[in-house]
Amino acid sequence: MAVTMVKKQAGLTGNSAVAYAMKQINPDVCAAYPITPSTQIMEDFSSYVADGKVDTELITAESEHSAMSACIGASAAGARVMTATSSQGLALMWEMLYIASGLRLPIVLANVNRALSAPINIHCDHSDSMGARDSGWIQIYSETVQEAYDNLFQAVRIAESEKVLLPVMVCLDGFITSHAIENISLLEDAEVSQFVGGYKAQHPMLDTDNPVTYGAMTLPDSYIIFKHQQSEAIGRAKDVVVEVGKEFGNRFGREYGLMEKYRLDDADVAIVILSSAAGTTKVAVDELRAKGKKVGLLRPRLFRPFPFKEIADALKSIKAVACLDRVDSFSGFGSPLFNEIRSTLYEFEKRPKVINKIFGLGGRDYKVKDAVGVFEELLKIAETGKVETLIKYITL
Amino acid sequence: MTAYIEIRWHGRAQQGVVTAAKVLGEACLRLGKYVQAFPEFGPERMGAPVRAFNRISSEPIRLHCQVTEPKYVLIADSTLIGTALSKGIESSGSVTEGATEDAVFIVNTPKSPDEMRSELGLKGKKAHVYTVDASKISLETIARLMPNTPLLGALAKATDVITLDALVENFKENYSKKFSPKVVEGNIAAMNRGFQEVKGE
Repeated sequence: MAVTMVKKQAGLTGNSAVAYAMKQINPDVCAAYPITPSTQIMEDFSSYVADGKVDTELITAESEHSAMSACIGASAAGARVMTATSSQGLALMWEMLYIASGLRLPIVLANVNRALSAPINIHCDHSDSMGARDSGWIQIYSETVQEAYDNLFQAVRIAESEKVLLPVMVCLDGFITSHAIENISLLEDAEVSQFVGGYKAQHPMLDTDNPVTYGAMTLPDSYIIFKHQQSEAIGRAKDVVVEVGKEFGNRFGREYGLMEKYRLDDADVAIVILSSAAGTTKVAVDELRAKGKKVGLLRPRLFRPFPFKEIADALKSIKAVACLDRVDSFSGFGSPLFNEIRSTLYEFEKRPKVINKIFGLGGRDYKVKDAVGVFEELLKIAETGKVETLIKYITL
Repeated sequence: MTAYIEIRWHGRAQQGVVTAAKVLGEACLRLGKYVQAFPEFGPERMGAPVRAFNRISSEPIRLHCQVTEPKYVLIADSTLIGTALSKGIESSGSVTEGATEDAVFIVNTPKSPDEMRSELGLKGKKAHVYTVDASKISLETIARLMPNTPLLGALAKATDVITLDALVENFKENYSKKFSPKVVEGNIAAMNRGFQEVKGE
């Protein structure tokens, strides 16, 4: 797909931006199976392959399970590997996701967030990636087209860091980001190749002079040791995310961290929310701030590993916090953001009241007035110290 | 919020309203604006009602919700007027739903703006109504039923959202590689005729 730029600004959909980033990264192997709303990533990328714009070997698998299996094989062989999927596609990759992380393979996957069936729905929520939150993949959530694009380059660096060696999932919201044309500032190909660098796997299976085994049987004498190492590795990823985000900022002027704080420092109440809905929430913050209400926002960018210390520090002096989850984990006690954040604040003697709102499932629109409604409830909780409903669906 | 121009496109699948929003977004981007262009997909089949949206601003755009209070409404298929399909489901409201009091409606129809004002239920209201026979223009210029392109020209005439020159320049630059010269010329002719033939009250 031809990309037209004006003063380095282009108008691209999230999907086209991700495909363009993949073209600039020029991975060795890409194995994929298309699924709405991520299809256009592979459509665009397969054009780049057909036009000889990349050296990538494109494997068109017969299912997402096979796509991820091929990614795993290629990555173990020593290749730099990328893929993209959504929803049922990620669900079908499920057992292979754990293999990728357990084998410590630095695969990068763009997940365009979409609801899970049934009933069938093609629109955005976070059921797919949140279901995979304990699969050992690093998860980064993107608010805008620009961020999805920028995150992909950083994901390669984070995944391949010697301190980490784990797969990374870059999430962007289905349709809202994947199909929306927004302004985006693109990097030069040379800037990208300097930033991501070449990839040399440490222990490639195809290095027959130094034979290695991947995924061998481990019994009770060793399995737990592998898992402990994996746990330490994903813990280390947090610092690497910060380092890589800083370096990206120094080079290209857009710095990224573990989270984004918006008018949070002196806030009485705050919303915690992921991805594109954070943008809409910021507009609500500005509206209420103009009326003198001390409201703020925290948008975690990194969800796995969960930066619990930093997030707790950012929230501990707030009086009331609402975690807005675009997923219901059907746990009976709220959804992932709520679980993590309420738990992380438990350490503090004096801690905020924390409530959970489940919103926007299956693409239901989340408007400024929805955010304002939550802020008004939080301000009331801050004033009275009383929570009426701990966990509640909104945007119904 | 007031810093945004918000536009809603109504049409049926295959009439090109998603592309129209895209082309308008690109043309505004060329003028240094911040833009959003996004579709609302439902069941994907020919003839199904489709909506597309634009936001245009001099500031970066942070909103990521649908456009629910558009200042500009473009209707590529007048049979959508008066229908509020699946009442109760927010994504299928009527074409006038939420439009601002002083909204501008541009309708693809051979009828007069006055007739369309009645059909839209806007008699005595402040809203502005324009009409253009975009179907006829597209058949004569592009030789296909593509009412989106003449509607873009009509938008340039009826409002100050975009100029005709910016639309034409953008189209030449972005689509000359994708389409044959004949198709590009046809589309530019369609924009020009939409601009010339749109009727106000």
